[in-house]
Amino acid sequence: MSGSFAVFARELKLAWSGGGGAALPVGFFAAAASMTPFAVGYDTVALQTAGPGVIWIALALSSLLPMERLFQADLEDGTLDAYASSGIAMEGVTLAKTLAHWIATGIPLALMSPILWIMLQGPVEASGLVVAASLVGSLAFFFFGSIGAALAAGMRRGGLLIALVTLPLYVPTMIFGAATLDAAASGADWVGPLMLTGSAALFGLATSPFGAAMALRTALD
Amino acid sequence: MAVMSFFANPHRFMAASKWPAWGFTALGVLLVAVGVYFGLFVVPEDFQQGDAARIMFVHVPAMWLSLFVYAFMAGASLVSFVWRHALADVAAKSAAPFGAAVTALGLVTGSIWGYPTWGTWWEWGDARLVSVLVLFFIYLGYIAIWSAMDTPQKAARAAAILCLIGAVNLPIIHFSVEWFSTLHQVQMKAADEFKYPMYIVALGYLALFGGLTLLNMRAEIMNTRAEMLIQRRQAAD
Repeated sequence: MSGSFAVFARELKLAWSGGGGAALPVGFFAAAASMTPFAVGYDTVALQTAGPGVIWIALALSSLLPMERLFQADLEDGTLDAYASSGIAMEGVTLAKTLAHWIATGIPLALMSPILWIMLQGPVEASGLVVAASLVGSLAFFFFGSIGAALAAGMRRGGLLIALVTLPLYVPTMIFGAATLDAAASGADWVGPLMLTGSAALFGLATSPFGAAMALRTALD
Repeated sequence: MAVMSFFANPHRFMAASKWPAWGFTALGVLLVAVGVYFGLFVVPEDFQQGDAARIMFVHVPAMWLSLFVYAFMAGASLVSFVWRHALADVAAKSAAPFGAAVTALGLVTGSIWGYPTWGTWWEWGDARLVSVLVLFFIYLGYIAIWSAMDTPQKAARAAAILCLIGAVNLPIIHFSVEWFSTLHQVQMKAADEFKYPMYIVALGYLALFGGLTLLNMRAEIMNTRAEMLIQRRQAAD
């Protein structure tokens, strides 16, 4: 257990000391969502209609960006071998790394989303709800992404494979999260969709460390 | 269990599977031909949809098989993962192209069927349609992971993990899509009365699946043997 905490602390330190590398997906998120008006037009109603969905897709794709290096770097330089031989449970390692990367990248993404939300003409009062939904949703995206990341860790062309493997697993979170934002925009009841988004994150928490750990053990063999 | 350990030996499998592989394939072609003939020429036309409904004799069995093949692959992956059975990986890998093919066939025929009856090529509000599309992507990811790994052993493990994760997630994806589609208009299909040609075609697909998968497995095993021979020759030089 303490080993997993050490991994967690190390990952956080690495993320913050990496010269802002952890913030790159946030830039991608902002840039991708800012493309919307150029595609659907600057009409307020059109932006309000497209906004929640676009933000959610951009959030999902931004959450995929850190996945390629999530385990690959540690696999290449032997850190994972060291973890494995030191007797830390691989499930603890995958959970610690995923959570640390979520704190370094997922939380900034969630803090960015209300800004994009207001830019796309969403109601300002719903900003808090947008942050909450993005926090929970990005957590789910990170958990499911970590499975794809672990499967692709030992591969040369891993990045696109992660997307192909992971995106089908994103479907429930995609539906519930976008429905939460839709409800936030229209003033409908958002509690149910938000709880379902949370249940997707909990399901990811309950399953992904084991799936990712199984895949990493294979890569280490 | 006895059958499983019997076929753990590839030599025994190769000896026993030669005739079944071709036999099932031929039987499958025959059954599909008979079923499609009955479906197209013998059964009267549907009172609501006319001749358009005849596509169901190709479409509905393809959809059944798309799930059946995935279940088969998940079972084989579990066997491969738990017992490290030598042929289970090969079976799952060999089944995947057929599964992806029937899923694509189902999607395409469903789309062609949808246009005259629903008035649209693609309806996002139909939960089944969308779930099957996701299933198709899962098949593609499974096939991709086999070709992306360095060694066959690692590829087999990774593919088995992915297949099992997909099996756990498929029901959840399906329910979430169903929930999603209740937000939209749900379209109902006309009741289908003419089941026998459909059953015959489904049995035909099943036989084809068995035959083609066995042929694929045999090719895979021969390929492994050929590579071993090449390596041995290179080592001897």
